[in-house]
Amino acid sequence: MQQQIAVSGLGGQGVLFVTKILAEAALLKHFSVLVSETHGMAQRGGNVISHLKVFSRKPSPASSSTDFLASSPLTSPLIRPGCADILLALHEEGVAAHGYLLRPGGILFCHRFDPKAPGEIDAVRLAKNIGHAVAANMVLLGYAVASGNLFCTLDDVKAVLNQLEGKRVELSLKALEAGAQAALTG
Amino acid sequence: MVDRKILLGNEAIAHGLLEAGCTMATSYPGTPASEIMTTLLHLKKNHGVPCHAEWSVNEKVAVETALANSYAGRRSAAAMKQVGLNVAADPVMSAAYTGVKGGFLLIVADDPGPHSSQTEQDTRQFAMFAKLPVLDPAFPAQARDWITPAYELSEHYEIPVILRPTTRVCHARQDMELRSFFKEAPQPVFEKDPARWAATPKFRYLLHKKLNEKLRKISQDFRWQPRLLNAATLDVATGFRGESTFDKIIVASGTACAHAAEILKGWNLWDQLPLFQVPMPYPLSEDFCLEILKTAKEILILEESQPVIERQLRDREKVRGRLSGHVPEEGELLPEIVENILSRFVNRSSPQTSSPPVSGRRPTLCAGCGHRAAFFAIRKVFPKGIYASDIGCYTLGLNLGAVDTVLCMGASISQAAGFYQAYREAGQNTRHVVATIGDSTFYHAGIPALINAVSQGCRFPVVILDNGTTAMTGHQPTPAAGMNSEGKKVPPVTLESLATACGVKYVSVGDPYDVPGFVERLKEAKTHCEDAENGGMAVVIARRPCLMDYARRESRKPLGHRPVVTDKCEGCGFCIKYFECPALIFHGEKESVSIDENVCAGCGVCVHVCPHEAIVWASAEAF
Repeated sequence: MQQQIAVSGLGGQGVLFVTKILAEAALLKHFSVLVSETHGMAQRGGNVISHLKVFSRKPSPASSSTDFLASSPLTSPLIRPGCADILLALHEEGVAAHGYLLRPGGILFCHRFDPKAPGEIDAVRLAKNIGHAVAANMVLLGYAVASGNLFCTLDDVKAVLNQLEGKRVELSLKALEAGAQAALTG
Repeated sequence: MVDRKILLGNEAIAHGLLEAGCTMATSYPGTPASEIMTTLLHLKKNHGVPCHAEWSVNEKVAVETALANSYAGRRSAAAMKQVGLNVAADPVMSAAYTGVKGGFLLIVADDPGPHSSQTEQDTRQFAMFAKLPVLDPAFPAQARDWITPAYELSEHYEIPVILRPTTRVCHARQDMELRSFFKEAPQPVFEKDPARWAATPKFRYLLHKKLNEKLRKISQDFRWQPRLLNAATLDVATGFRGESTFDKIIVASGTACAHAAEILKGWNLWDQLPLFQVPMPYPLSEDFCLEILKTAKEILILEESQPVIERQLRDREKVRGRLSGHVPEEGELLPEIVENILSRFVNRSSPQTSSPPVSGRRPTLCAGCGHRAAFFAIRKVFPKGIYASDIGCYTLGLNLGAVDTVLCMGASISQAAGFYQAYREAGQNTRHVVATIGDSTFYHAGIPALINAVSQGCRFPVVILDNGTTAMTGHQPTPAAGMNSEGKKVPPVTLESLATACGVKYVSVGDPYDVPGFVERLKEAKTHCEDAENGGMAVVIARRPCLMDYARRESRKPLGHRPVVTDKCEGCGFCIKYFECPALIFHGEKESVSIDENVCAGCGVCVHVCPHEAIVWASAEAF
């Protein structure tokens, strides 16, 4: 199994949080992960992109560093253009900025205030309905995961969220569920 | 089963240091290196590891402090970004000569790209200049795994060792197993040896000689030799028996090696084309260079950012890299660029080029950021000024037309002094110069510049943008906090007292949210600068805590009131152009501006910004 997922958004939208949740879900399922994320200047409201690669772990633990380069199918922390299986765009600008990463036949999930095409959803409105616009990222994640195209299930993601602490967990779980519902009801 | 955890490269490095018995770590924050110290402080607190960890005021101080711990026989580390190494150059160059006792790791994070830096300088090149061995890990787990052997290398040859991760190592995450930390720290033992630790120039010559001997031996150290990654696979597919009998070979270090490995596998060439990883680009083994030059017809070198390995391979006929034009001379070696270079090298048709990404939204100061308000006031009081600025979040004042120069840490004040002198010499005393500098940057390198400006008789205002933290790099504390990195109480060093002690006679503090009040402070400063009798330099401290800090502390409590746009708004766009608050949304000329409530922090500075008084405070009943 291997999957390359790009998560795109604006600084402050929770791109890193979505990526983290997916990466932890991969770990929970005993996959190996490589993640690359944007820090610093670009986080101040600019376009943010993170790359996630999930792949089966080799039987021998890749503890020796050189072994990892030799034995793992994916070793680069970055997704090449045209190689992403999935693009999660928390903002519609992300499609123009990072759509080139998607491979032919790759799948796009995108927040849009007026959803037009399959894979699009007004995540901000759904998030506001359940309490706070800040949870739009979890709505989109729930929507994508429930569509069945990602390496993990809704239960995997819930399990990861349940491990976290803080007040946001409850809101995140609700948002995830709302997104999943939207996917199931079309 | 072993516990596995996903660690950021910088977290992995911090883990590596504590696994290896590092008893002192120092750092000054800088992207992409900052999380090394953040993580160390966190781990230390939660696991009770006996290691002194500190955010030092700058990189030079960080290196000097940690080096003393090494002189006393204990493992130490100093972490910084590549431009920070320039600040620390003085002690680093010398430390190569004196050498160390306890292992000393200089961790310098490079930023090819550059994603958040002024330069793409290559620390491996600096290592060559300083005559220090440098290690170039390819991915997070490797950076961590190399720390213990790097300390062994450092101790065996009594030499500082540079570990040089790049952005894609520092800010990549990877799953790895957890290991235990050291619990017992060795006692410091400093053996006096003035001929070494306080060597005069005559002895320095001898130390240099010794250093050269060390380097020759290190270049042959078997643990750090270039390694053929796909030896086993080549063996099976080609009957290869360990002798390089290939026409073409690839030699790579750092992340470029990780990109190349993935691409070769994807192309099914992993069993055809030899790929060497160079863990220690300097000093590079002479035997390795001679060997590959003898046996291969073409050698492709993939490395970031400058031709360090390439220059050590002296035969220009066979070597393909930056010097031969096969590899771009600037910018990050993104995997797609490596893919193109490799396609040409193996005569494979280039991958289909996808449409280039459109330029994204530019970064901006946060909604409600006190810096934006301060910049607005500065432009109001000094409308035609020259605005010398510095490194930090407030560099984004560029968008507001309030930042004209950015060179390096602390240069705002020295450059403003330069502009001031230039115009004064030319008889144009009326040209206003204003320096803006953040609080952390002021502590780092602004103080000597301010002393210099005072003692050279300059007359211009310095606005210290004091948000009480080092915001850009992740909110590290400053000396004003009155608390050290580990949360213990220490005497606070205040900006006011420093400015006064530097000889500045006009020092005032204002809140940039209070626009009329802050404008008044700036006008007073202007008058003081112009006062021929008692005037001179002026320092205005714009004090307003970073909103991101505030949000964390007060769990996102809004400020308690909201501005609203009235129907007076004609959509002139003034607030968008000169204030650029992300909460203000422009809908076109003659259309009323709106406020995005999800983004608005409620600072209300826009109420003062609008020239038509179209933005007002909402009445209490309104929400």
